[in-house]
This record gives sequence, C-alpha cells and structure tokens, in this order.
Amino acid sequence: MRRRDPIGGRPLLLGTTLVLVAAVVILPLASLVLALHGTTPATFAGAVLTPRALAALRLTVGSALGASIVDVFAGLYVAWVLARYRFPGRAALDALIDIPFALPPSVTGIALAVLYGAHGAFGAWLEAHGWHVANTQLGIVVALTFVAFPFVVRTVQEPLAQLPAAFSEAAASLGAGEWTTFWRVTLPLLGPALLTAFTLALARTLGEYGSVIFIAGNIPGRTEIAPLLIVTRLEEYDYAGAAAIAVVLLAVSFAMLLAINGFQRRMTLARTTL
Amino acid sequence: MTATGTRRPGFGRGAAAIGLAGLLLIVFILAPVAQIVYEAGRSGIGPLLATFADRESQAAIWLTIVAAAIAVAFNAAFGLIAAWTLTKYRFPGKAALQALIDLPLTVSPVVAGLALLLTFGTRSPLGAWFAHHGVPIAFARPGIVIATIFVTFPYVARELIALMSDQGRELEEAAIALGASTWQAFRRVTFPSIRSAFVSGVLLCNARAMGEFGAVAVISGRIRGLTDTVSLQISNLYDDAQIVAAFTLAGTLAAIAIALTFARRLAAHR
Amino acid sequence: MPNRSRAAALIAILLMLAAPVGAADSPNLTLLNVSYDPTREFYAAFNPLFAAYWKSKTGQTVTVNQSHGGSGAQARAVIEGLDADVVTLALAYDIDAIAKKSGAIATDWESRLPHDSSPYTSTIVLVVRKGNPKHIRDWNDVVAPGIGVVTANPKTGGGARWNFLAAYAYALKRNHNDDAKAREFVTALYKNVGVLDSGARGSTTTFVERGIGDVLVAWENEAHFITQAQPGAYEIVVPSVSILAEPSVAWVDANVQRHGTAAAAKAYLEFLYTPAAQRLACKFGYRPTLTAVLGSCGTSFPRTDLVTIASFGGWNSAQARFFADGGVFDQISGK
Repeated sequence: MRRRDPIGGRPLLLGTTLVLVAAVVILPLASLVLALHGTTPATFAGAVLTPRALAALRLTVGSALGASIVDVFAGLYVAWVLARYRFPGRAALDALIDIPFALPPSVTGIALAVLYGAHGAFGAWLEAHGWHVANTQLGIVVALTFVAFPFVVRTVQEPLAQLPAAFSEAAASLGAGEWTTFWRVTLPLLGPALLTAFTLALARTLGEYGSVIFIAGNIPGRTEIAPLLIVTRLEEYDYAGAAAIAVVLLAVSFAMLLAINGFQRRMTLARTTL
Repeated sequence: MTATGTRRPGFGRGAAAIGLAGLLLIVFILAPVAQIVYEAGRSGIGPLLATFADRESQAAIWLTIVAAAIAVAFNAAFGLIAAWTLTKYRFPGKAALQALIDLPLTVSPVVAGLALLLTFGTRSPLGAWFAHHGVPIAFARPGIVIATIFVTFPYVARELIALMSDQGRELEEAAIALGASTWQAFRRVTFPSIRSAFVSGVLLCNARAMGEFGAVAVISGRIRGLTDTVSLQISNLYDDAQIVAAFTLAGTLAAIAIALTFARRLAAHR
Repeated sequence: MPNRSRAAALIAILLMLAAPVGAADSPNLTLLNVSYDPTREFYAAFNPLFAAYWKSKTGQTVTVNQSHGGSGAQARAVIEGLDADVVTLALAYDIDAIAKKSGAIATDWESRLPHDSSPYTSTIVLVVRKGNPKHIRDWNDVVAPGIGVVTANPKTGGGARWNFLAAYAYALKRNHNDDAKAREFVTALYKNVGVLDSGARGSTTTFVERGIGDVLVAWENEAHFITQAQPGAYEIVVPSVSILAEPSVAWVDANVQRHGTAAAAKAYLEFLYTPAAQRLACKFGYRPTLTAVLGSCGTSFPRTDLVTIASFGGWNSAQARFFADGGVFDQISGK
C-alpha cells in the first residue's frame, strides 16, 4: 500500500542531497581509491610496507592512542569537576575547553613549538628536568592531546549532567564513599559516552597534520607522522605511493566512523554534538 | 540543572579538585594562547601593525575571508537541505547517507587534499577539462574553496540533524494539513525552531573554514599573495624567520576563531 | 516556485562571490614567479625594483607573485599545471624537465639569456652552531659518526642535489676519482642526516628554529641569510671542495602567451642581469655574474675549489645516475 507523503518535495531535496554528497564526498574519495588502479599488491606493499612508512604508521597510531587515552582521563576529570561543583570562574574554565577546538592547526603548531621548544617557557624547564618534548614523540603526543581534549570533555559533559542525581544519592545513602560512588555508579553509566569520546579523539588525532609538524621534528623513522609522509611522497610526485598510504589512513578513519556510529546508536544518555 | 547533586565546595577535597582542574586547563590550554599574544606583542605595536600592511598578508586575509564565506554559504545551504531530507522523509539507506555526510570529519586533512588533487589536478580528466576552459582548480583559488568546503562539509548538517531528529515531523504534517506548502512549513514552522542550532552550526563551520591548513596546503600551489590563506601565510612567515609577523597573524586568526566559538556556545545555550 | 527562486538567488550569490576568486582580471599586469626555496628575500626585494622599472618604461603596474618550495617539487608543480609566467629554479635540469615533459618551455631556453640563463651563481657551504662545538672544518668532519647533519631531500630540493654533488666531488678528489669510495662517503653522510625536508628553507627552519643537528649543508646565500638573521649564533665553514651551483631562469612560453605577459616576463628575467639587480643579488649572498658590482655590494665571497656540473657529465647524466628513481640516492638511502 502506498500512501502519498503529505510533506512534499522529497524527490527534489533527496536528489539534491545525494548529488551534493556525491560531488563533495564520494567523488574525491573515489578518485583517491581509483588512483590505486594499476597498482599491484606488490607495488602497494612497496609503498606501505617500507620501514619508513611502517614506522610512520606505527608512530601515528601509537601517538593517537596515547593522546586519546590521556584525554579520556583528563577530560573525564575536568568534566566531572565542572559538573559536580559550582564555584566562581566555573563558566570561564568551561569556556577554555573550546580553545583547542577553535585554534587553527598552524596556529596551535607554532604556539606549541615555541612554548615546548628547548628555549620556550615550558620547554626550558622540562629540558632541565630531563624531559625532551620538542622533536620527540612526546611532542607529538602533547600536540595531539591538546587538539583532541575538547572532544572528550564535550562528549562526556552532557551525559554527566543528565545522570540522575538520585543514583549517586542512593549510593551515598547506602554508605558508599565519594570514590566508590564514582567508580561503581557514575563510571559504568558513562561507559558508552567515554567510548564515543575515545573514538572521536582517536579519529581526530590519527589524521592530524598542521599542529603536529611544527613540533615533531619530522625525522623519518622516528618522528615522521603518516600524513607528513603522504605530503613528502606527493612533493616527490610519487602519487601512487602517496595514495597507498592515504588509503590505509582512510580505511582506518572509516573504521573509526563506523565504530562511533555503532556506539552512538547504543548510547542512551549521550548525544555528541561538537 | 543540578543533576549530579552539584555542590558548593567547602575547603578541602572539593577545593583541591577544582584547583587541580583549573591548573590543568590554564597550564595546558591557556598557556599556548598566552604565548601567541606574547610573541606577537614583544616588539611593540609597530611591527605588529606592519604585518597588516604587507601585500601578501593582506591577500591571504582576503582569500581566507572569501573562501570561508563561500564554503560556509554552500555548507549552510547543504546542511538545511540534508537535515530536512534526513529527518522529514522516509527512504532506505538513511544511515549510510548520514555516515557519508560525517565522513569528512574523520578523514585526515592531508588525505582530503590529496584526494582533491587527484580529482581536480591536471592529470585527471575533470581537472584537465576545467583547466582547458580557463578555470584551473588545483594550484589556484577555486581549489582552496573546494578544499574548505570538503573539510567543513558536515558541520551545519550534523548540528541540525541532531536537533531535528528529536523534533519529528508531526508539526510540519499538521501545518501542511492546514493548507501550508512544504516551503511554508519549513519557513514558518521548522526554521524558527532550529534557528539557534543553525547559527551555531554556521559559526562552527566558519571557525573551522578559516583555520584549515592540511587540505589547502596540499592543493594550494603555495603562491604568495594569490593562493596562500592566512594559515599557510603563518607557516611561510615562520619559515622566513619573521616570528612577530607569524604570531600576529596567528593571534588574529586565533582571536576570530575563539570569538566565533564562544559566540556559538552562547547561541547554543540560549 | 518560491524555493526554486530562492535556490537560484543563492546560486547567483555564490557565483558572484566566486567570480573574483576564479578570474583575476585586473587592468594591471600580474606575473607569477615560481622559484626555489631560499630566494624568498631576494625576490621580495627585486620585484619592487622591477616594478618601478617596468612602470617607467611602459606605464603598466606590474605585480609579481611568488611561489617557493623545493626546486624539483616546484618544477613538477609547473608540469602539473601551476600557472607560472617565469621559473627561477635551482638548476637547469628542473627547467629542462618542464620543457621536456610539458612542452611549455622552448627547448632552447638556456641560450635565450646570457650566461646560459644563469643570472647569479652560488655554492654549497656548511653552517655550524656558535663556537663550532663539533669542530667541523671540512666535509670529512661531517661524515664522522654521531654528527647530526641537516640537508634537504634531493628528490624534491634543488640545493639538496647540489649538496649531494658537492660532497661527492670532495670524496672523488680525496680518493683519486674512485666512485666506490665516493659512494661510501655519501652513504656515511646521509646516515648522519636525521631530517630530510623537502626544500632548503625547510632545512634552515629545522636547523635554526627546531634546533636539530650539528651542521647544516646549505646554499651560500642561505648561510648568509642565517648569519644575518641571528648574528653571532651561527658560523659559516667553507669546505675545501665545493660545487659551482648555477640556478637557472626561463619564461614559460605557453603560459605567457596565454596570459599576454610575454614581454613583461622576458623583461623581468633580463632585468636580473642589470647592475642594480646584480648588486641586490650580491647583497643577498648570491654570486653576481656581473663581477663589477662585487666591490659595492657589501658581501665577500671566499675562494674555494669549485667543481662544475660538467665534471659529472652535465645535469641529464647526473640526474639519471644519482637522483632518478632507483638511482644512487635511492640505493644508499634504502628506499
């Protein structure tokens, strides 16, 4: 049985949406995948399985994982403090969280490079205490942690605010301490939101380029991230090599997106709007 | 809302917890911003203002404004159409379409730039066709605009879909039953209820559009005064050891982006 | 239909906004100079000089836009459609590549301007940190174990290729033209290289701003740029053997015809040979071909043993042997 939809315009608007998505998203990404046309598995492996490319991919994934884990803890902590307490300056602190998201990548890059560089305000102090940040993997992790921090806080903030107060009060009335309540009651309820936050942070940090290249040192095999290797291959006009590494990164991004959508569908408390 | 049983802290653990969070935010997030302001202003106001008198920097600022304006207008229009389509109509494959719209969020900017170069570079038939007709896209300003559109594509749509999927379609159906056209239903019923989310999405889209680096770096051709945006000009100046000028532009871009982001929070909270 | 007219209005607005972006149809003249990495400061000073000359000669206002990057990468960008009126690249091979692969430049370009279309020359020197803490006096100190070397990627840079050949020439001279020994030498050299940026300026940033490495292998003019930008912080070491680097210039025939800028592009490059421009080049650390300006530009150039590209059989042979895919550089860097 077909019934006419009272809201008209479906063919026109659905068609427009599909055409725009096809032109903006599908066309370029399809071109990227098609650029591998003529690439045999052997040449693909020759581009991706070199020690340099493997090191870059390992570094990128490792740093992104590290930064996302740090962000989940730090972000949850900050979100929890902001949700639990009312204090003067709370709105200002809350506003600060948006800054890494607002800052353009190249701006973040040069600011962090100077601040954490050997002569910078933080860098000099850290160097004196044996911590080398600039030109090391630690520098990459610092930049990625900075960039992804708001994703975590903003993702967990809303479900945290919506947690029924009755839960924690009930727990407290049953004699549970603050930490017990947090670990046993709050955290499990936040699970899906934290998982989404982690995946969002990971998706963002895996592809990050602008803010990292200024602080990373970019030493092949040691501090050269995969997106930078793509740019290098491109400047050598090794399109096939660039495309091969890009397709690997694209596949990882796609998996992340599927994961995020999967988590979000299961989430009852959270909806992420960044 | 006092959902988790928010409290005023006494002295002791509460104050310590707040202090630690505050310290974390100030040291980790505010310090880099302070660094930008310090580096831009350390030689006084003269060199700072001289940055804006430079032809290449002026051209970069203008290109950034125009590219962001076009990208935001395009993505705002797309966002309204896509959000309406996804939330008011029934059709198969909705989840897949939603995922495709979100895809640019998770694609590395460099990968996006490469993909666009492969699509619109002179090697591709499409790019060759455009170049042949006098509108080269790669290594020219249209490429900057297209790259900006790609990386900020989902922002308005996402913001609207999140809100509109909660609203359902009963109000529009009612309006239409009372004799309104689909356009009138959108104009009179839907749009007023999503206006602040729309503004919020536009502001977010604009903030990201003006700061984009990786994708435009790949497709720009790096022509100073022609295809270099402010973000790219910042890295030029940094490489040229013009640190004050680099941080002045960085500070300007940061100030605009932060203002847009804060304005967006205000729009969303209203 | 109201929504259709709304959409049409929107598209009209978009097109109006896009118009100034798509076409730069100003009544004045615009040239695009696609250059290699370290010429930024020189051309920034040269362009106003040329603009004043062109204005007085023709009454036209000419604006010159610059694009800088590794010379090889820039050449390929032009081949791929970067719309250059003139190319001022680090070596003749890169212009030959444009001529051959795109046909946009006449193949006899080298004979169109004096000195084989090479208005200024340079050489390769070593830059070390203040006080020369690692005691680097010549190329053999650079290959010592544990020395951090910064140079650019020969696959993308131009200076990077001159750097490679300068070191190779030194090793040949030291080892009675034994290619195997020279190859060992450059292998040891590139083993010491941590960061391979895509162009010379990237290397400078790595060495100066990021503080990486003990020695920067650099253009002589880039070394002047560094020591002038931060007096006292760096020292220039002139190696016993180096190479005469001859950056080359050409107008891009196909593009200037399309833009209607042929006369201005030609005049722009010819103007590089005038005393005023030569003095300016000299001031920025490039060796002028008009030696008369040497006394008045304030830069002195040390004498050293300079081999030429001819000793490698010319650029075509050197490129094929050392820098092409699968060449010596690929072999020693294990790509």
